[in-house]
Formats: sequence, structure tokens, C-alpha cells
Amino acid sequence: MVSDYRFPKCPTGIKGLDEITLGGLPLGRPTLVCGAAGCGKTLLAMEFIVRGAVEFNEPGVYMSFEERSEELAQNVRSLGFDLDDLVARGQLVLSYVRVERGEIEETGDYDLEGLFIRLGAAIDAVGARRVALDTIESLFSGLGSEAILRAELRRLFQWLKAKGVTAVVTGERGDASLTRQGLEEYVSDCVILLDHRAKEQVSTRRLRIIKYRGSSHGTNEYPFIIDEQGIDVLPITSLGLNQEVSSELISTGVPELDEMLGGGLYRGSSVLFSGTAGTGKTTVSATFLEAACRRGERALYCSFEESQSQTVRNMRSIGLDLQPAIDRQLLMFHATRPTQQGLELHLANIFRLIRTFQPRSVVLDPVTSLLGSGNDMEVRAMLVRLLDTMKGLGITCLFTALNTGAGYVEQSDVGISSLIDTWFLMRDIELDGERNRAIHVLKSRGMAHSNQIREFLLTSQGIRLRPAYLGPNGVLTGSARLLQEGRDEAQAELRRQDIDRRQRELEREQQLFAARMAALKATFQARAEELQRGLGELRASESLRRSNQQDLAESRRAGAPAEGGAHG
Amino acid sequence: MADPDPIAVKWDLRLYVAGQTPKSVRAFANLKRLCEDHLSGQYRIEVVDLMENPMLADGDQIIAIPTLVRKLPEPIRKIIGDLSNTERVMVGLDLRPAAAPGPRNPEPIP
Repeated sequence: MVSDYRFPKCPTGIKGLDEITLGGLPLGRPTLVCGAAGCGKTLLAMEFIVRGAVEFNEPGVYMSFEERSEELAQNVRSLGFDLDDLVARGQLVLSYVRVERGEIEETGDYDLEGLFIRLGAAIDAVGARRVALDTIESLFSGLGSEAILRAELRRLFQWLKAKGVTAVVTGERGDASLTRQGLEEYVSDCVILLDHRAKEQVSTRRLRIIKYRGSSHGTNEYPFIIDEQGIDVLPITSLGLNQEVSSELISTGVPELDEMLGGGLYRGSSVLFSGTAGTGKTTVSATFLEAACRRGERALYCSFEESQSQTVRNMRSIGLDLQPAIDRQLLMFHATRPTQQGLELHLANIFRLIRTFQPRSVVLDPVTSLLGSGNDMEVRAMLVRLLDTMKGLGITCLFTALNTGAGYVEQSDVGISSLIDTWFLMRDIELDGERNRAIHVLKSRGMAHSNQIREFLLTSQGIRLRPAYLGPNGVLTGSARLLQEGRDEAQAELRRQDIDRRQRELEREQQLFAARMAALKATFQARAEELQRGLGELRASESLRRSNQQDLAESRRAGAPAEGGAHG
Repeated sequence: MADPDPIAVKWDLRLYVAGQTPKSVRAFANLKRLCEDHLSGQYRIEVVDLMENPMLADGDQIIAIPTLVRKLPEPIRKIIGDLSNTERVMVGLDLRPAAAPGPRNPEPIP
């Protein structure tokens, strides 16, 4: 039996986190956020409170055990959070609890009722629905009696639940446990682990939901970034392979390439151009994006090798001006060094751009550069996630891959061929002391594509493809092709001349025929006129003769006594 | 309790409690006895019930209940608990040295 009961949740408003938690944190219960120093616990707790107040109109209490209220307000101002304003509007209470062991002497039994009273007063002051306690473990360093503390913490979380507030409790990562003081023992409804790892000098923040009682959740480690808008967890959800596919064809920007594919690329498909250095991969990418922009669509160019200005300049040399598309804000460049940041961060940034810029086409040029910032498996995993997301959004994506070394061409370095719908292989062909570019379709899913190898020309009018000639030594390109084309041209000329000759002959015949016809017609007309004339004369003389006879007959009847007897 | 002469008050003590709990009552009794024994005529005790004035907890950073704050003489000291450990209270109030003091700032060898 399928229950339609939905676990009540409290949306955090933090980008991506609500997607992973399928709606937010458990409503009216405490959630533990743990991680090492500097992993973003405070910010997550703060963003939960601030977004609650700003976006969901739920007032909150932020109780800090580490930072003064003024420091906190200052720290998060750069993220666009104006705590003072929220406090002034009665949406937020900032409470700083200072515990210093040196000042405190313990002389017997006590409890933490003071803390309860302060928290309770703060909650009541604004009618808070959300509470953050950051980091409550500081109490352990300030107060000596662990037994009392543990009992009181247990009571505190029960009390928070009874109050019905959704709480975020932060805790420092311990050596053997999630938190130093084992807070997970008390806060067991939802546990989120933040991590900040550096690998090969590149650090990446990650978030993982360890536990979420009563609800399913994403179990992966999700990279997240802290940027000028706060925390951004990557919404890489398990999209699976059930995306809607489009049968709309879009142009690659090169008519001949479209023709090779039988009309163009499917929208939302993935295309790979792989080849050795200098085979024109970037040019194809730029042409593809420029064509998208000319259709009025937004396009994103993620370049891992060249800067924007360099690409724009280089493309001018083949008559492709990207500047108008950039000026119209249809084309966005995202040029970074692969080693500048970790893979996850690359991915995070690209995702963010996809979300904010909403392009219909995306180019990654070249994906193989990312090998520098991770191992094959990671790159592959990243591309799978990127592709899944883009397919889910119906974005057409074009990757380029740099192949190193001969004999390796039919295998892309990143091993992503299985993810790719359409794969063009670009290669150099060396023949007769020349090096020429050639391109062919290695595969194209669901399309009747050309099996031809074509020569790939970069002209001042952009990319041109020529059918490549097959000679005794293989494909003919460059001068060899030109020679062949010359021969063909000569033969064609001969044929053309032959046709011309025959055409002229035919015309001559026709003229002759027409002349003869004219002469014949003239003779005929002359003869006809002559006959007409003769006929006329004869008819005239005949009628004269009749009239004479009549006159004669009448004169005879005048002499006779009775009329009519003679003829009857 | 006769009000002490304000000028003679050398010890200004504030006891934070939360309602009339056994711990609070015990703490007040312990404090009263100790003051009478050692600070007769020189002290003043103010009892703050946070149940009635919860906002007062912020000023002295009160977490634990009961908490005794020594406002005077300065510096401010905090003593938490029911004050049943007289020895510790004496140390906390600086009425007795914590232990045999070691040599402080030993003279540098000339």
C-alpha cells in the first residue's frame, strides 16, 4: 500500500540543499550539521535562519557560542545578508553566549536553565520558527561537568522539539565520531556532514546527508561552493536515463556537417569532436555556438585553454565574428585554467552558469584538459553528471577532446564515448608532403549519417567541407585533391564542349528546317494564289454565260402564245 | 538582614536563580552563611530571578543556574552551582588562595 503521507519538512532556501533533502530539514526537529573547522557550518546555519526570515517569513534565533553578534553580522554582510536590518524588523534575534572556563568556578550542582531561559526569551521575542545553535559544543570547553552537560543537552533538544522549532545545531568534527562530543547521540533526526578536502592542492567542499530519519534523501557526496550568494549545493540529483528527447534538428553552423548528419543535431543531444592538436576543434565549437546565437538562443562557451579575447580574435581570421553575440549577451564565455580549481568546483561553476544564464547550447573545450585536475574516473563521473543535467534541461552540448598520439584516435582519452550521441573524429592526413584536415562521423545515434571522410577546410569564410577523394593510396586531400579536382575539371570541360557542339548542331538543323519550311510555304502560297485567281476567272465567265442564256430564254418566251407547255 | 552601609560595601554579589528550585534555595543559604562568616557588614547580595526577568541573563552571560557573580571587587568572577563546596566558593570569590602560590616573576639572574 502506498501511503501519501509526506514527512513534514522545513525548506532551507539554500540552493540545492532542498533538492537533496527532498524538501528541506525535518520540520520542528533539530538537525545536526557537523564538519571540521572552516567547512561552512556557521554559514549554513546562518543561511538557514536568514533565508527562513527573508524567503519564508519565519523569524529565527541565531545563538552563537563562538562569534559576537557584530562579528557575525560583519562576516555575512559580504553575502548580502543584512542581519541588523532583520533584527530591526523583528525577524531575527542574534544572541551571543560566551563561555570562558577561566572565569567560572564550579561549586556544586547546577543546570543550564539560564541558557534555556535566554533561548526561550529570544524565541518568544520574535515568535521564532527556526533556531540555530552554533556551536553548542563550546559549552564543553567552558563548563567542567560533562555529566551535567550531557543531561542538559538531552533536555535542550527535547525542549526544542517541544517548542516545535526547526533547529540547526552545529558541531565540530571529532576524530572517531561525527562530532567531538558525540552530539549525534542527541540530535538524531537529521545529520549533515560538511567536508573540505584538498587534493593535489585543489580543495573542494562537499556535503553529505548521513542520516535523515523518516525520509529518503540523496546519499551521495554533493560538492558545494560558497560564493557571493551564500551556499550553493550542486543539484546533481539522480536524473537517471528518463529524459524527454527532442527530435528537433538544430544546425551545427556548418551546412556540410548538417548534411553529413542528415539535417543537423538533435536538440539536447551530446556531440563530441575529438582529434589531435590543430584539427579545428575550437573553430567547430565557436561556429556551433555562433549559429545558436544567430537563432537567438543563449550559448555558453567553457574554455579551458584560451581566453575570451584570444578566441574572439582567432575566430575573426576565419570570418567568424563572435563579438556581436557577446554584445547581445547571447554568448557567454567561461574561460578558466583546469588546474585553477578542483573538478567539483569546475562543475559547480558550470552548473551555476547553466542555472543563471540558461543557455540552450554549451561547449566544453576541451574536456581532456580537465584530466589535469583529476583522474580519469573523476572526470568521467563529472561528465556523466554534467551530461545528465544538461540532457534533463534539453541543452545541446558539444565537447571537444584532444587526442594525443597516433593510433589512439578512435578512443577518446576520457573514455566518454559511450555518453556521446554524435561523435565526429577529426584527423590529420599526411600525404605528398602535406598535412590536411579530415573529418568523419564515427557514430551518430538515431541518424542516417554519412560514412564519408571529408576534407575539412578553414577558409576566410569559415568552415568548408569538401568530399575527400579516394585514390590508390587512400584519401586524397590538399594538393592531391586539387590535382584530382583539376583532372575532373578538364573532363567536365570536355563534356561541356561536346554538349555545346551538339547543341549548336541541333540549332543549325532547326534553323535549316525553318528556312526550308519558309521557302516551301512561300512556293505553296504563290501557287495557291495563282490557282485562286484562275478559279475566280472561271467562275466569273461561268456566271456571265448563265446570265446570257437567261436573257436569251426570256426573249424567246415573249414571242410564244402560252408559257410553260414546252418545259413541263 | 540590616542593610549594610553602602560606602562600606566592598563585596557586591549577585545571585542568579530561576524560580524557587531546591538548588536555588540551597545556593542562597550557602552564600548567606559564607558571607556572614567571612564578610560580615561588607557585602550585599542581590538575587535575580530569571523567570521574572529573562532579559537580565544576557548582561552577565548567564548559562548555568544558579550562578553567583562577584561584581565587586573587580575583576568580575562567576561561580556556578549550588555553592555547596565552600572551599571552591572561597577560591572563586578570592577569599582564599587557590593553592600555595609559586614564585611569581622570578628575578632574572644578574
